[in-house]
Amino acid sequence: MNRLSAITLAVCASLFAALPAAAVEAGAPAPEFTLSGSRGAVNLAALKGKVVYLDFWASWCGPCRQSFPWMNEMQAKYGAKGLQVVGVNLDAKRADADKFLAEVPANFVLAFDAQGDTPRRYAIKGMPTSLLIGPDGKVIQVHAGFREEERKQLEDAITAALK
Amino acid sequence: MHHRIFAALLLLSACLAGCSVFQPPKPWEKGLLAKPEMTLGGDALEQRFDQHILNSKEAAAGGSGVGGGGCGCN
Repeated sequence: MNRLSAITLAVCASLFAALPAAAVEAGAPAPEFTLSGSRGAVNLAALKGKVVYLDFWASWCGPCRQSFPWMNEMQAKYGAKGLQVVGVNLDAKRADADKFLAEVPANFVLAFDAQGDTPRRYAIKGMPTSLLIGPDGKVIQVHAGFREEERKQLEDAITAALK
Repeated sequence: MHHRIFAALLLLSACLAGCSVFQPPKPWEKGLLAKPEMTLGGDALEQRFDQHILNSKEAAAGGSGVGGGGCGCN
């Protein structure tokens, strides 16, 4: 095969390369990740056995500001029963995240993914998105957004998972 | 002759997708879009300046401010 036909083939092939990731839905195993965190590396596999409330947030996301006090409350209430809230920050600039955290403190595990690789693999559809992951590593529910009237349902899902 | 065909095919396949190769921003990439400057009425002072200039050039006022209208109000 000469070089030009090889290049042609490569260009044609690359047009089909941008395939979307399969959606991570309830029942599917949660994709593994390892990210740098505020207190060392955060590895999802290491949290197996705990109920993980994985939340994708960013400093520019309004509902995230509302959700942090609630997540602090959940971590305080159910941490001893096996819940671990993990907040993955998706800000392109770490300074924005730090500014947000200075205003709205977080009492749970924080990880930082400025490249956006983890949300791509989780195929998240909105900001914020939270996933409730069971002790077996399987996703129990995926929830986009954060509204006042949704708090109860989210808390009920956590208590049900902790049984 | 063959390399001409391949060159044409290469050009065609590169043009084929066109602008559809550009995807809209992913939900976590919308940080800049979320800034207050990016909203329609982000800067009140700038809006007021624009209104004044428009009213001056049109020699007419109104139609801006509260949403609604179109039925004789405002």
